[in-house]
Amino acid sequence: MSVGNAPVLAPRPHRPVPARRLSIVLTGTASDAHTWNLVFLQLLLEEAGHDVVNLGPCVPDEVVVASCVRRTPDLIVVSSVNGHGGTDGLRLIRVLREQRALADVPTIIGGKLGVAGHDAVGHTGRLLRAGFDVVFADDSRAVATLRQYVGVLCPGADR
Amino acid sequence: MSVVASFGGFVAAARDAGRLVVQPRMGVSDPGLMRTGLEATRAARATTVGTITLDSYTRLGDYAAARAAARDGAELNGYPLLAHSEATTRAVLDGVAGPAFPVQVRHGSADPRAIVARLASVGLCATEGGPVSYCLPYGRTRLRDSVANWAESCRFLAGLRGPGVEPHVETFGGCMLGQLCPPSLLVALSVLEALFLAQHGLRSVSLSYAQQANAEQDREAIAGLHRLAAEHLSQLDWHVVLYTYMGVYPRTARGALRLLGEAARLAVRTGVARLVVKTTAEAHRIPTLLENVTALEHAATVAGSTRRAALQRPPDDGLEQEARALVDAVLELDDDVGRALTLAFRRGYLDVPYCLHPDNAGRARAALDVDGRLRWTHVGSMPIASSGSNTEVERRQMGSAALLAALTYVQQHFDEDNEEMRERG
Repeated sequence: MSVGNAPVLAPRPHRPVPARRLSIVLTGTASDAHTWNLVFLQLLLEEAGHDVVNLGPCVPDEVVVASCVRRTPDLIVVSSVNGHGGTDGLRLIRVLREQRALADVPTIIGGKLGVAGHDAVGHTGRLLRAGFDVVFADDSRAVATLRQYVGVLCPGADR
Repeated sequence: MSVVASFGGFVAAARDAGRLVVQPRMGVSDPGLMRTGLEATRAARATTVGTITLDSYTRLGDYAAARAAARDGAELNGYPLLAHSEATTRAVLDGVAGPAFPVQVRHGSADPRAIVARLASVGLCATEGGPVSYCLPYGRTRLRDSVANWAESCRFLAGLRGPGVEPHVETFGGCMLGQLCPPSLLVALSVLEALFLAQHGLRSVSLSYAQQANAEQDREAIAGLHRLAAEHLSQLDWHVVLYTYMGVYPRTARGALRLLGEAARLAVRTGVARLVVKTTAEAHRIPTLLENVTALEHAATVAGSTRRAALQRPPDDGLEQEARALVDAVLELDDDVGRALTLAFRRGYLDVPYCLHPDNAGRARAALDVDGRLRWTHVGSMPIASSGSNTEVERRQMGSAALLAALTYVQQHFDEDNEEMRERG
């Protein structure tokens, strides 16, 4: 995870914390056809006791927005591994944050976000400034950090 | 104008001469670099064909995003064929692509009509995909729309046939989701998509199969694919193309090269004509041109030191019978292969495990056995039998940890420093 300090992991204070389980929208980005990341994350989040709507791969921005506005989830999880996540994610978070109902919904992104491997072109900083709460790098700690983040967001979850 | 006479003819000639054709997966946004990549592929010490892999925006028909990225110099994950002018792409190909070095355009689009029109206008006539394999794993296009788009595109490509020009399409059906799809379904889909291509006018096709997690099972699958193709495609020019493992790839250079080497050996031993390689960068990022050349040459070297096991019967674990049952059940649904495929997915006669597409029934599940063989744990409505009660237990327990273990089985296997493993087959 590229930004792993405690303040980033804390939920936004003005948002009520759900007692037992989070309603989560999980999605790929508009240009990303990969699905294994989404299948895995759905299982992981469901096992943690949460309700997950998996929008699947190649979801146009407007479909993500419409689904999220309809559901007003407690958490939006964006996963991308095709190398366009830095660009697609930036566009997506802007249209999500434009929606009043989604302005404060915790929204996180992770995966392989650029074509160059490491964060050589500063995707992480740009994505955070544009409104993502956390940007996860593709490394061995990502799953543990995601679990921890969701745990902080929802201390009353099943496990 | 055609710069490429016959992709299939080139591969057939190499096969007859006993040489494995190796091919990279390669596409960059910059035309100059794209040309350099093709030149490097051609110059590699191997029998090669060239690849232009398109970027994800172009695959999805978002040409505006591709143009904007190309204009701004943003790095794309492939070559934006429709963002660059015809003249630009002709300059990329000029003097590189030709009868001695055919170039295939690879994309992944459920609506390839604009792509095939453009590849034809720059003088190419080889591509890959298929109505199922470029639809179900990759997005939201309805299967029936993909079938219509692909039918139109195939008819267009077939219309390019002329003196010395034989359009070629490769099925991607043998690679569904890259991993954790049992080989019998991969073989069946590859054959069915090839029949679809033939029905819409193609006379030169290739059938894909992606290396899975057990070399013995792969040998059986490829043997079955050859037999089914010979039965169903006797009127066509066809060959089998093997993909080096398409799932989560080894992180270490040593592991990556061993896995590629195993694919090259598998290809030669099973009479595969063409191999699509993977590089040591696969687990980390999109490979550089040099990494691609290294992979091509490594595969060619391993292939050159491997003998085809002509008389060695592949193992018989019932895989071919299963593939045959799937193909026959689908073909019985309708004389039109496209309609048959659409109906088959609606009824769940074909059901790709873990595929999230709304037109996939989503009741089938598969798991890896202890030796890496893919087994059905749940067959849904497919006309085949489940693998048995042991795996039934595993199915109920297939949570995120088990899924991750299955997804990374091959990676872990090849990254471990253990010489004797997988030296079989």
